[in-house]
Amino acid sequence: MKIDLTDTTAGDINKALVQGRRDIGTPAVGMVLTLVIVTDEENAYDALKAANDASREHPSRTLVVIKRVSRSPRDRTTSRLDAEVRVGAEAGTGETVVLRLYGEVVDHADSVVLPLLLPDAPVVVWWPVNAPLDPAKDPLGALAQRRVTDTYAAEQPVRELSARAAAYTPGDTDLSWTRITPWRSMLAAALDQVTCEVKAVEVEGEEFNPSCELLAMWLAERLDVPVKRLLSSGPGLTAVRMNTSCGPIVLDRADGSLATLSIEGQPARAVALKRRETAELIAEELRRLDPDDTYASALRYGVERLNTAPEPQSTAAEPEPLEEAAEEAAAKTAKAPAKKASAKTAKKAPARKAAAK
Amino acid sequence: MSPLSGSGANPLRDPADRRLPRIAGPSGLVIFGVTGDLSRKKLMPAVYDLANRGLLPPGFSLVGFARREWANEDFAQEVHDAVKAHARTPFREEVWQQLIQGMRFVQGTFDDDDAFERLRSTIEELDKAQGTGGNFAFYLSVPPRSFPVVIQQLKKHGLADQTGGSWRRAVIEKPFGHDLKSAEELNKVVHEVFEPDQVFRIDHYLGKETVQNILALRFANTMFEPIWNRSFVDHVQITMAEDIGIGGRAGYYDGIGAARDVIQNHLLQLMALTAMEEPASFGADALAAEKEKVLGAARLPKDLGKSTVRGQYAGGWQGGEKVIGYLEEDGIDPKSKTDTYAAIKVEIDNRRWAGVPFYLRTGKRLGRRVTEIAVVFQRAPHSPFDHTATEELGQNAIVIRVQPDEGITVRFGSKVPGTSMEIRDVSMDFAYGESFTESSPEAYERLILDVLLGDANLFPRTEEVELSWKILDPIEEYWDRHGRPAQYKSGTWGPAEADEMLARDGRSWRRP
Repeated sequence: MKIDLTDTTAGDINKALVQGRRDIGTPAVGMVLTLVIVTDEENAYDALKAANDASREHPSRTLVVIKRVSRSPRDRTTSRLDAEVRVGAEAGTGETVVLRLYGEVVDHADSVVLPLLLPDAPVVVWWPVNAPLDPAKDPLGALAQRRVTDTYAAEQPVRELSARAAAYTPGDTDLSWTRITPWRSMLAAALDQVTCEVKAVEVEGEEFNPSCELLAMWLAERLDVPVKRLLSSGPGLTAVRMNTSCGPIVLDRADGSLATLSIEGQPARAVALKRRETAELIAEELRRLDPDDTYASALRYGVERLNTAPEPQSTAAEPEPLEEAAEEAAAKTAKAPAKKASAKTAKKAPARKAAAK
Repeated sequence: MSPLSGSGANPLRDPADRRLPRIAGPSGLVIFGVTGDLSRKKLMPAVYDLANRGLLPPGFSLVGFARREWANEDFAQEVHDAVKAHARTPFREEVWQQLIQGMRFVQGTFDDDDAFERLRSTIEELDKAQGTGGNFAFYLSVPPRSFPVVIQQLKKHGLADQTGGSWRRAVIEKPFGHDLKSAEELNKVVHEVFEPDQVFRIDHYLGKETVQNILALRFANTMFEPIWNRSFVDHVQITMAEDIGIGGRAGYYDGIGAARDVIQNHLLQLMALTAMEEPASFGADALAAEKEKVLGAARLPKDLGKSTVRGQYAGGWQGGEKVIGYLEEDGIDPKSKTDTYAAIKVEIDNRRWAGVPFYLRTGKRLGRRVTEIAVVFQRAPHSPFDHTATEELGQNAIVIRVQPDEGITVRFGSKVPGTSMEIRDVSMDFAYGESFTESSPEAYERLILDVLLGDANLFPRTEEVELSWKILDPIEEYWDRHGRPAQYKSGTWGPAEADEMLARDGRSWRRP
């Protein structure tokens, strides 16, 4: 069932949740966590759909925080909170509250979210787009044990990685990292089968896909060998080639679903490596809520240490100034998408008005 | 705890990296009796589900062995149909493409030497084509009387030989014999060919999430263990009820009966997990040691006539359907004394449990399909409320629901809203499906993966099997010499004698 509340408060939303549960006859539910999704109106639908699918595995209270853009000085001084409370069949296995924030309250979203968190249960914040520069310092991020960002959705993914590395706080995680779990487990399984030393690695994948960099950094960090990042036309990651003391080991996925694993001296084998849906990624992300140290050390390895030869923005330069430049650039990037997003919404609004006429 | 197969020093493996699943090393699975029900409904779907979750090694191979005249393609088609019909996870073409490359079928009977030679060359071919590295598990999904011949054939054709660091494992299904003597013989036959630690006895109950959760509930929490003893527990009831009859299994079931079929393995294992002391670690040896201590301490009451009950279902109505009685089933001797219901009382002679009876019951054609462990607590020694207030208050209980609807229920007293003081039983419920994944893995998935990994935690050992028979044998002997099974109407909760058995102790069965 769905309860609409206009110009409301967190207290009223709590009452509506209790009332909703009572009306559908399940006064107690075993929800294991609160998932806060911070997004704009444009991405809210897809993100909520993915979260509801994931809630089948992790029953949760999902709070969708949508910050509406005010377009006049008057709008900015007034503030309003609208809420849509969904329980029962419409909310997967948990409960969903869609919160729309207008005006001043946009800057105080944490005051709305805090009273709505489940008692004692872990809190996860997920920014499908426009993640803050330092997730742990964000007022909403500070409420959470786990902060999920997605560098894939960023304007300049590779620079964003450096920014993430600089701001890393235990509990941060990135869906671009989640995406490569099947690759990592298959590569680990491949090395289980041989007793050779890896000499060098090449990671090949499409441009603007930070998963490739993360995989390359993980390999470089674990294996302590030079790793080359090569570009291809995708989809996603396309190949990893490991040069070992007993010949090459290649995991090659040209079509985004079925890969081939070839190990020198062994027959080539087909392995399923399908690109996964967002819901599956979120479900994996929610499975463990402790800090992901492996991610941290891969991220901290540093994109600039990869031999990203054809990458234009990080070509030959002295290592030190480069790092600074990356940080600076990252700071710029983080601001840029936010501006861009508001510009987009602003542009869209007149169109909608026109349509209404 | 269990070292990963393959090389030990894989730089990509890191215990702190908990996203990486445990993937089995290069290996294959050979299923004998691959055309059977178990294989189609459980094993093949479990293999697919494992592959779909990315837990099988690249090049994993599945070899079917049966009498049917099939080519590799027919076998693959059969697996395809079984997977489509019974797999837990959605069907995905690319996963299927990965699996199908390693599928082979070997046609033959168990006494056919040529067939086993063909099996050997198939395995050698797979080592070359799929890189299985000589690691194979032989799953014996065959009738017990065929065990010895298959095992001997494996030995004769060198299929059980582990060479150059590879492993060969045997997976066997219950029944593990029908009494102590036959169990010992079976163990001898198997151990002659396979090392004891390469023999995996499947008790699919132990692969269930809830059963593993018994250990988590008891040993990871502080609030249950202090009351988990004779000072607080009144008695324990372990029930496994089925609503179906014997179906087409007359040949297997008659002469075996409910006690041998269920109590000897499943229920005594559940009892051991419920009653055991805390193991030193969660490793296979430590767990087995504690379970063996409990099973070794189990004692039967002196008067077996008063502390055991057996029954046979009679015709009746079961869930709105008219059903026939056991003696009228096809292929059953009308004078059969086989038990389709069995209830026994067991005591555990140690300091923790002295004087606390464990009641175990199982049966076919009972009210509904349910398996649960109910730990029933003593009444409060003193109550400040007057008698009328607590008239409707029962005993506190913790119920671990193993299937269906896996979860835990806690029953306790609560005040009924209103002006008068009236206390009544209420339940607090934890349902697995509510707090965790809707798709918790099937028991067979977990167990097959553990076999491939060589992780023996969840498999009963020889000693446990033999100890269980030592508990059950005197009862079966007593039943052989005394009386006949009591008749109970299908669709009820068993014979009246079972209720009387508990009434004599001043207790009653829970309605599960």
